[in-house]
Amino acid sequence: MAGLRVLVGVKRVIDYAVKTQGVKHSLNPFCEIALEEGVRLRERGAAAEVVAVSVGTRVCQETLRTALALGADRGVLVEVGEGAAVGPREAAAALAGLAGRLRPHLVLLGKQAIDDDCNQTGQLLAAMLDWPQGTFASRVEPEGEWVRVQREVDGGLETLRLRLPAVLTADLRLNEPRYATLPNIMKAKKKPLEVVAASEFLGGGSPPAPPRLRVLKLEEPPPRGGGQRVDDVPALLERLRASGCI
Amino acid sequence: MRGAAGLGLGLRLLRWAPPGVGGARLQSTHEAEAVLHKTGAVAAAAAAPPKAQPALEESKSFAVGMFLGRLNTEQVFPYPSALSEEQEQTLQELVGPVTRFFQEVNNPARNDELERVEDATMQGLKEMGAFGLQVPPEMGGLGLSNTQYARLVEIVGQHDLGVGITLGAHQSIGFKGLLLYGTPAQKKKYLPRLATGETVAAFCLTEPGSGSDAASIRTRAQPSPCGTFYTLDGSKIWISNGGLAEIFTVFAKTPLRDEGTGETKEKITAFIVERGFGGVTHGAPEKKMGIRASNTAEVHFEGVRVPAENVLGVPGGGFKVAMNILNNGRFGMAAAMAGTMRGVLAKAVEHATNRTQFGDKIHNFGAIQEKLARMALLQYVTESMAYMISANMDQGATDFQIEAAISKIFGSEAAWTVTDECIQVMGGMGFMQESGVERVLRDLRIFRIFEGTNDILRLFVALNGFQTLGVQLRGLQKALKNPLGNVGVLAGEVTRRLRRKAGLGSGLSLQDHVHPDLQESAQKTLQCLELFAETADALLLKHGKKIVDEQFVLKRVADSAIDIYAMVVVLSRASRSLAMEQPTAQHERLLCDTWCQEAHQRVLATLRPLPTESFRNLRGIARAVVESGGVVGPTPLGF
Repeated sequence: MAGLRVLVGVKRVIDYAVKTQGVKHSLNPFCEIALEEGVRLRERGAAAEVVAVSVGTRVCQETLRTALALGADRGVLVEVGEGAAVGPREAAAALAGLAGRLRPHLVLLGKQAIDDDCNQTGQLLAAMLDWPQGTFASRVEPEGEWVRVQREVDGGLETLRLRLPAVLTADLRLNEPRYATLPNIMKAKKKPLEVVAASEFLGGGSPPAPPRLRVLKLEEPPPRGGGQRVDDVPALLERLRASGCI
Repeated sequence: MRGAAGLGLGLRLLRWAPPGVGGARLQSTHEAEAVLHKTGAVAAAAAAPPKAQPALEESKSFAVGMFLGRLNTEQVFPYPSALSEEQEQTLQELVGPVTRFFQEVNNPARNDELERVEDATMQGLKEMGAFGLQVPPEMGGLGLSNTQYARLVEIVGQHDLGVGITLGAHQSIGFKGLLLYGTPAQKKKYLPRLATGETVAAFCLTEPGSGSDAASIRTRAQPSPCGTFYTLDGSKIWISNGGLAEIFTVFAKTPLRDEGTGETKEKITAFIVERGFGGVTHGAPEKKMGIRASNTAEVHFEGVRVPAENVLGVPGGGFKVAMNILNNGRFGMAAAMAGTMRGVLAKAVEHATNRTQFGDKIHNFGAIQEKLARMALLQYVTESMAYMISANMDQGATDFQIEAAISKIFGSEAAWTVTDECIQVMGGMGFMQESGVERVLRDLRIFRIFEGTNDILRLFVALNGFQTLGVQLRGLQKALKNPLGNVGVLAGEVTRRLRRKAGLGSGLSLQDHVHPDLQESAQKTLQCLELFAETADALLLKHGKKIVDEQFVLKRVADSAIDIYAMVVVLSRASRSLAMEQPTAQHERLLCDTWCQEAHQRVLATLRPLPTESFRNLRGIARAVVESGGVVGPTPLGF
């Protein structure tokens, strides 16, 4: 089935690599890999359209514009209110709702975000849609009404064949994303970017369920203390006992 | 490499009229002197209400105003902001990818080692659109304004000056002539492929016998009898991108018949020359101290047939074309230098905060603190100049040549000093190739030389200012012949001079433009401005036309002009930051106050008085050294 419609989720995350006056945000690296895969599918002729979607506040439009500059055909922002919690459950619900409206054949997400490292959204989404899932994908090959996915798992590599529509999440080695060229950034301004309210998908009238996660504290690990050398195992055991570790 | 304006330029300027005023020559000094001594008659005339409105000086340039004792604040206060919301947003989107490219793809050490930009990098730069940043979008470029261009150039300058020159030689001067002077047909024909980098451009002015003295070039373009083409013959040297370019902006002498006198003179004409015309060859890449990744080569033109429609601008107008191209691109250099200094300062700080000696991190020692502080000051001033000038240009200013020259002089020298000091802070590590700083220092050396040597540009700054002053004095002299009809003029100019001579302030004030926290620095700046104007007057009255030859004097005048412009620029930027309560406002106040305090001392020391005896001595020493072919005499041992 050529002419797949691909939905790619892109999340706006804090870029920890950049040290600036304020905090710098950028497109989640795994989402970027997912997007690159979608764009390559279109360039190969396997996909017809790549739609980038983000769930968040209005400022996420920046992220969508980057996605457009990287090759997406159009963007959709599912807008939530200021201060609203958007965890994996909320994101998956919004994406599920949007998928119901746009009817994509393939949903590509990053395997996890570098801010919360949840690694849940893709899995939750597949469950909500009752679609097959191929997570930690390192290779994606559409085959007519199916898609062959190679997954990176603890024991090695696993290859699945999934019936479309399906949800896939991208792992690091799936591809190496391109650099946005300046002309493409300028052209991206002309690509359509739609904003829809999250309330259309979340709860559908009934009040949204309260968030299940609460961040108690967030702190940097303590600075590393000095190490000590010991001469042999008995000395090691003695030290461990003395410090109360055993 | 690009040649520069020469002393010939200085003389040319004196014959060249500033816009809005008829042709002028420096007048004899007697009438002007008479102006200053006529107290009674003038004061009386000044009391009557002004009638005539002569347009003495229309220039809005702050630097021009400096020489005239005027405070032209329009272009300097408040600190200009020339980006629309959309332009700012676009620019923010561009900064990330460009930075990433230079951090992750471009390898400056490798480029330096190979003495060329790596193929993959070059290709990536072309795909990125870096070759047509200011070409209009309809011709395939990004259509960036000068301010947007400055911001991106700052990134390039921070990472790889060799690449910076490759890009700059191509678009900042190589085909800038097309943007400034091209006909619609010429633009349509050449710009699209230049914008994508499919064809590369080069600027061809310098010859073995003509560097600073650009007017003396000998490459010739002989018009055909039928008038449809020119035959180009000559050699250019040190041409950046000379070995890569397909399109050359070439300057050559062409015979021009003066319609009035019937006389034929050789004047410079600018041409767009395609390598494909045949007869264009280039030499091997030159081995250089720095910017090794940039291709520098001789370019030879032998019987090259150039169609007449490839004249850029008008026949005989080539010198102006060359000067305007260079003038137009100068802010870019200041921006690049600001970027280089940013990167280098970060390296110095990284070292100083991690290196422990004598029981402490070295950044806690005064000697290092002074170095780091001075580096920060020089970077702040350069960056402030770059963005002020680019904004002025974007806002439509046409008179910014002195400021642009100042920014080039200042930026190139500041970057050299800052990088040199960075190596010093890093000690032995700084000297090692591994740290990457010695490469930057080697790259920077040429920036004080090409695109107008700093020495020539200093003369330009001084002489350009003196020329305008000369015109003003001549105007005054005219006005005095008819005082009642020109009371407005007299009331302004002469009164100012009289007040100054009497030791009273000139009535100028920076108070309204500068933030209250910076009033003290504003006062110091004003004092410098008044001393400067007074000195300029006195010098012109003393030397008259012959001031052109007084290079010792001109250099010092230029140095003070540079210091004063720098003071004003930081006052403006810091005022804006304070008014907007930016998080860095207090730090900027510190930078501004420190700069003004030191610049103030320098200006006073330089201008008051001018050590003419010292000039004579220096001249004498130089003469002796020249006669000896080097050091005069043997060692103290007598042999």
